[in-house]
Amino acid sequence: MDFDPVLLARLQFAFTIIFHIIFPSFTIGLSAYIATLGVVWIRTGEERFQHLMRFWTKIFAVSFAMGVVSGIVLSYQFGTNWSRFSAATGNVLGPLLGYEVLTAFFLEATFLGILLFGFSRVPPWLYTLSAAIVAVGTAISAFWILAANSWMQTPAGHEMRNGIAFPLDWFQIVFNPSFPYRLAHMLNAAYLTTGFVVLAVGARYLLAGRYVAEGRTMMRMAIGLTAILAPLQLVIGDQHGLNTLQHQPIKVAAMEAHWDGSKPGDFHIFAWPDEVNGVNRFELSIPKGASLILTHRMNGLFQGLSSVPASERPPVKLVFFAFRIMLAIGFFMIAAALLGAFLWWRGTLFEHTWYLRVMAQSWWIGFVAVIAGWVVTESGRQPWVVYGIMRTADATSPVPGATIAGTLALFVLAYGVVFSFGIYYINRLIAHGPRAGETHDPEQVPGRPISAAHDAGREAIRRR
Amino acid sequence: MEWYLALIWAGIIGAAVAMYVILDGFDLGIGVLFPFAENERERDQMMRSVAPFWDGNETWLVLGGGGLFVAFPQAYAVIMPALYLPVIVMLLALVFRGVAFEFRTVSQSKKFWNVGFTAGSTLAAFAQGVILGGLIDGIKVRDGAFAGGSFDWATPFGLLCGVALVAGYGLLGATWLVMKTEGRVAVRARWQAKVFLLLVLVFMAGVSLWTPIVEPRIAARWFSLPNFYFLWPVPVVTAFTAFMAWRWLEAGRDGPPFFASIVLFLLGYLGLVISVFPYLVPPSLTIWDTAAAPATQVFMLIGTLPLLPLILGYIVFVYWLFRGKVREGESYH
Ligand code: HDD
Ligand code: HEM
Ligand code: HEM
Repeated sequence: MDFDPVLLARLQFAFTIIFHIIFPSFTIGLSAYIATLGVVWIRTGEERFQHLMRFWTKIFAVSFAMGVVSGIVLSYQFGTNWSRFSAATGNVLGPLLGYEVLTAFFLEATFLGILLFGFSRVPPWLYTLSAAIVAVGTAISAFWILAANSWMQTPAGHEMRNGIAFPLDWFQIVFNPSFPYRLAHMLNAAYLTTGFVVLAVGARYLLAGRYVAEGRTMMRMAIGLTAILAPLQLVIGDQHGLNTLQHQPIKVAAMEAHWDGSKPGDFHIFAWPDEVNGVNRFELSIPKGASLILTHRMNGLFQGLSSVPASERPPVKLVFFAFRIMLAIGFFMIAAALLGAFLWWRGTLFEHTWYLRVMAQSWWIGFVAVIAGWVVTESGRQPWVVYGIMRTADATSPVPGATIAGTLALFVLAYGVVFSFGIYYINRLIAHGPRAGETHDPEQVPGRPISAAHDAGREAIRRR
Repeated sequence: MEWYLALIWAGIIGAAVAMYVILDGFDLGIGVLFPFAENERERDQMMRSVAPFWDGNETWLVLGGGGLFVAFPQAYAVIMPALYLPVIVMLLALVFRGVAFEFRTVSQSKKFWNVGFTAGSTLAAFAQGVILGGLIDGIKVRDGAFAGGSFDWATPFGLLCGVALVAGYGLLGATWLVMKTEGRVAVRARWQAKVFLLLVLVFMAGVSLWTPIVEPRIAARWFSLPNFYFLWPVPVVTAFTAFMAWRWLEAGRDGPPFFASIVLFLLGYLGLVISVFPYLVPPSLTIWDTAAAPATQVFMLIGTLPLLPLILGYIVFVYWLFRGKVREGESYH
């Protein structure tokens, strides 16, 4: 049979890693949120925070399990599908992944046991500490894997001998030029993603009139967090883009669908890049907008796609539209968070049902932005797998296409089943609510004093 | 210097794989024994006995595989494509058994995830045995890259190793239950352990006889002089350990059978190492052929030496925290 092994290997990798990144985006943020709730609970002694902590821990458990098993798949994908890549870059990338296992995975996995099963066995401070250790572990994990990925984008600190990379300077390898930006952008993305999930769940309870005190706490904490982080993400993203312009100008040209480098670049709100003729159709643009963003001058010039042959360009449409999706969600997040903060300040946050309705439906936007961002980053690097060093087409394993196609089908099937059940269970846990399993009827719980809830919520946000 | 480095790393990765086989072995074994429980309360109890540990146990698999990428990238790049299908089947099986821990507790009908847990555990164990068998059997290599077909691993010997490992994990799982549970589950596990002990001995004998017959290099390793003078204690100690495990099971002891099973595993593992050392990809690539650059191995070693004891420290802490027997009906979370 005629299957293209390179294309299939890419599809398989893209599918399995997109599936994986959904869970880290949530567990990195959620573990930090659970630890925060624990600290507030110990400080204030209010039961509500303990309920919230235990509630989110159940949801965390379900997501973490999916994150772990899909991550293990990935650590073996390097060898199964990209063996030539592994052989060529193992000297440099190996230790980064190895340190991830030693400094992060064991920490997360071990203290997860206490977080999930130790509530009645350890004192509250140790329980909360375990949550914090899990949170730190997930962030350390992001540190190492993003160092590895950034090295593939902007390789540094190595030398090539006979097509094999040898390390020269580990500091330069880990802290390669794009790493600080990527780490900040991704961690912030994870906290934002989780913030919007918490916000949505809070809004959902308020709309349903259940768990009102908890719902309000969730909304306040989430708005306090995202009102700071969403604008920050714009700043980091902008800096990240400038860094990319320096190291991967063609990727930026694809993000902006900028063909002719001899003219200033417009910012296209919409366009249909025509990759055959090297022009855009149906443009709706802000004149010279892209030049202003990227060079900070109206007439600044930056490299265009036409300056390199088509075979050296990434898939323009994919990169262009993925970038626009991320931007749209980024601006939506800023608007939603600032509006929420404004309504909170006015004291009417919980009265505008339209705001609650929109927020209750927005739980998924962070995930889509994260995936879109990664598609920009990874597809924009094409045709290279390690930028300037190794082409994707030279990186595959000597495995026939049919074998990869068969296993890809298995992954789609298995992940489809697991994901559907996972979403269904998480949704049911949310429907059960924070005090499920307790004897008293949630509807009959007398409303707690609003002001107390207010203070606790604010305190929690301050501590963030 | 470089000569030692590869040896040290072979030792570390060998130890990580041994840790994996023993630790994940007993919780995969719980999955193998799952269908023999009588009701959901018993299954809850069985799962509860391993739930706080399974994720940490599985992390040794990441260290084993990841470690190969770190220290022996050329071997990783040959072994993974060669054993592509069993590796992916193992990973998919682990997906199902991993999520089953959480999904089973939150789902209303536990049946589906009971099946997922059993099938995932058993298939993962089987695939791991096949991977082992495929490695011992040898991998076709040309110019430092894998040069065989997608089904090279599918030999009768590979399948035998697969079944053998299922039985081995069954033994670890059963003796774990003897140690960590009480009530009907523990009583049943005690005779299950005996059945699996006999099976394991049969399979160990089978593999030990088969490999030297099929692979002359393995026969030469064991039966040439003076090697034989040093190696004959291995099977003898194995037989003695098995005998003691049986005695302890008969005598109603709780902890010792589990530790005897671990020793049995380690002896079998030692036997394999003796058979293939110093090859990492038998019969052509040694640990020195496939080692990473010395700068890489040193950089990784600097961190591993302090981190590994630390990791072992907090793992011991968690096992200590969840010490004692799990009773029937004890709540899951
Ligand atoms: C930005 C963060 C991030 C990114 C880009 C990745 N991961 Fe991941 N990974 C995590 C963040 C994370 C985490 C937060 O640490 C996880 C997610 C959920 C979890 O349970 O731990 C995890 C789990 C996880 C595990 C299981 C760990 C365990 O046993 O506890 C493995 C083996 C990997 N990942 C491997 C990978 C590989 C090979 C990747 C890239 C090709 C990758 N991850 C991308
Ligand atoms: C609002 C303004 C935003 C800007 C200007 C921006 C900018 C960028 C740029 C330029 C890249 C590509 C980097 C490269 O490969 O060179 C990128 C990647 C990425 N973006 Fe954004 N982004 C924004 C919002 C968001 C939001 C809201 C999220 C998610 C919640 C997000 C998640 C990501 C992720 C996960 C990546 C890939 C990882 C990386 O390369 O950092 N971004 N972003
Ligand atoms: C977790 C977030 C990530 C996502 C969502 C992601 C997404 C993708 C996508 C969509 C592709 C296919 C691109 C194409 O073929 O056009 C790809 C390729 C690839 N990525 Fe990533 N990636 C992520 C992180 C990483 C990391 C951390 C590494 C390595 C350390 C990595 C290594 C690779 C490799 C080896 C390929 C295959 C070669 C290629 O097609 O470019 N990725 N990724």
